[in-house]
Amino acid sequence: MATLGGVLAWFLALASRRLQVFEDPRIEAVEDCLPHSNCGACGTAGCRNFAEKVVSGDIVPAKCSVNPPEMNAYIATMLGVAMGEVEKQVARLACAGGHHVAHMRARYEGLKHCRAAATVSGGGKDCAWGCLGLGDCETVCEFGAIHMNGFGLPVVDTALCTACGDCVAVCPKSLFSLQPISHKLWMACKSQAEGDIAEAQCAVACNACGKCVADSPPGLMHMNRNLAVIDYTRNAEATVKSIERCPTGAIVWLENDQTTRGVAAKKIVRITALPLAA
Amino acid sequence: MVMEIRPIMERSRALEAPPPPSSWREGPSSKSLELYSYIVSLFRRKSFARGVHPDTHKSTAGKPIRRLPYAPRISLPLAQHIGKPAVPLVRPGEEVVRGQPIARADGFLSVPLHSPVTGRVEAIRLHPSASGAWVESIIIHAYASSTQEVLWREPRDMDSLGPEEILAAVKDCGMVGLGGAAFPSHVKLSIPPERRIHTLVVNGCECEPYLTCDHRTMIEHPADLMRGIGYAMRAVGARRAIIGVEDNKPDAVAALTPFLPTDGRVSMEMVQTKYPQGAEKMLIKSLLNLEVPAGGLPLDIGVVVNNVGTLTLLGRLLPAGEGLTERVVTVTGPAVKRPGNFWVPLGTPIRHVLQCSGVLDGDPHPELEVVLGGSMMGQAITSLDTPVTKGVTGILVYDRESVMRETVTKVYPCIKCGECVQACPMGLNPALLGMLAAKRDYDSMSVDYHLADCFECGCCTWVCPSGIPLVQQFRAAKGLLRARAA
Repeated sequence: MATLGGVLAWFLALASRRLQVFEDPRIEAVEDCLPHSNCGACGTAGCRNFAEKVVSGDIVPAKCSVNPPEMNAYIATMLGVAMGEVEKQVARLACAGGHHVAHMRARYEGLKHCRAAATVSGGGKDCAWGCLGLGDCETVCEFGAIHMNGFGLPVVDTALCTACGDCVAVCPKSLFSLQPISHKLWMACKSQAEGDIAEAQCAVACNACGKCVADSPPGLMHMNRNLAVIDYTRNAEATVKSIERCPTGAIVWLENDQTTRGVAAKKIVRITALPLAA
Repeated sequence: MVMEIRPIMERSRALEAPPPPSSWREGPSSKSLELYSYIVSLFRRKSFARGVHPDTHKSTAGKPIRRLPYAPRISLPLAQHIGKPAVPLVRPGEEVVRGQPIARADGFLSVPLHSPVTGRVEAIRLHPSASGAWVESIIIHAYASSTQEVLWREPRDMDSLGPEEILAAVKDCGMVGLGGAAFPSHVKLSIPPERRIHTLVVNGCECEPYLTCDHRTMIEHPADLMRGIGYAMRAVGARRAIIGVEDNKPDAVAALTPFLPTDGRVSMEMVQTKYPQGAEKMLIKSLLNLEVPAGGLPLDIGVVVNNVGTLTLLGRLLPAGEGLTERVVTVTGPAVKRPGNFWVPLGTPIRHVLQCSGVLDGDPHPELEVVLGGSMMGQAITSLDTPVTKGVTGILVYDRESVMRETVTKVYPCIKCGECVQACPMGLNPALLGMLAAKRDYDSMSVDYHLADCFECGCCTWVCPSGIPLVQQFRAAKGLLRARAA
């Protein structure tokens, strides 16, 4: 038995010598500095994969949006590489139709999930593009950056949002998208219905009047499918002037966690839920 | 044990039912032999494993198919089928006649559209659809003078056509599976050259509660059905066809028997009345005792399944060279004052159908639940402007009381009783899938527990004593997985 043990031990020792794979110890060190949330916001498969790519120089440490900047700076000095510059991104919701401004067409009974509600003829909201307000995004956010407000709309805490993209994937209406924080001009509506129909469904819908397009520098905005579209490649030209004449307040200016509607936008005084649309 | 009790209940019900007509099985027709074969059939009924027995509610089975008047305005979604939406051939302002092609197929997995009315194209714009999404639709204002006569047709001599030409003709008439799936028929009938089809299964089960459109079609249009079966057999190269009919429809069997071809290539079999007997995989198992491999298609085992409604309309439309402009729809449910089966022009708003069947008499805005399809797999709609499309088999309307009676108000935790496992016709484990769905472990559902094999028949939800909406969870999970894959 002892001989057998000895032979096997020798075999194992040989195998560990022969089959050894050299792994850069720095990968381990970098991974220890990462948040281990495996959120995928950086575009890699997870924190380990990110560490491998940082060490091999394929990605800059600043790409980790969950880590505080000091930690990323520490990784950069440890490896002796540039920290890199990555603009902070946050999740933005392209809908402002809470239950005080947007009608429901039918009463939905069933699982209180947006995904499940959306399988039943879209969930019963009059606007087929709008937020169902059942909070799948709040449930799925690992960082607690999304909470539902009193009108049944998710609000993103930009300080906590790490742009991991979980809310983007879970929303059945595809209302969330990741936007650099410098994108301040924002179209908070996705309704492609014709103007009067859209406005009857939701008081803050884009009614395709085109005033924002006319007030913007040429080429920054255009109308497509009854909706004003912003060309973010020319984001530098965007000014708060574009929102000023919007009659419904569908287009907004987002700065310092403040959402500004245009001065011409109709005032919303209602706070209780609207009745079912006839 | 439960599985043993149920067939006995079924048997006693079958004994109460009128005995099937003498002509339903070939052979010597002496009384004693007939009785013997009938008794044997009670004990050896063709069926599949598991499944459920909901109340059938087929009160409209005795009502002949009637015509519905045209709605003043109809809206035809360009995508009434699975596949790429059709491309419009008309422009707003143009006049169209009944039967005229108004949109062409875009590629192989697509079918054309034909105008169901004579009228003027008002617009091509977004319009509510059954899925809740607004989809591109052709809106036609119907002339008050529009008659039921089809004004556009290209009659063809079907006997001279080869399989390829039959498929082209099927595509030209815009046919899709009328059993509810709305899958383009020419795609289903196109057999890859390396495959051989031995049997065409004709699905006349109509296992969904409430629906009777296929039942009435079999009784009223047997000659069209036989012609359609002949075309489909030629298209796929099948040597025989079997019509599967549930044994609660002896009148349909009696109506079809005189029309069976004398060469014996088309036969008819009674199958057990059980839900979901009309699912194609279940019907193949019942009739041929063959199993479709997981993730496979019936044509992998040499079978093609088609619905009787589809084949009947093929038998009528192909020789006449007309397009699919209307279909049979069952309108029934507790809130319907004048239920029945109707030839409904495609694109008719549900509101118009409800007006014609007396649902909206008196109160124009009653609280209703309107379901497209049967009570097991049907989908509730949220807008009465939703049009009737090619895939709509029935319109089921519940009033407030019946909804309150049947709505599950409280969902209890899973007690792991295994009822759903005993009900699932696909042999899945719905309880486990449901628990994984609650944990949002969708990858495990699809990879380890074969979520893709679930065809959402609803048996698990129907039997669940805790009232867990399992199918809805599976639909949501599938939706998320599809979105992730895209």
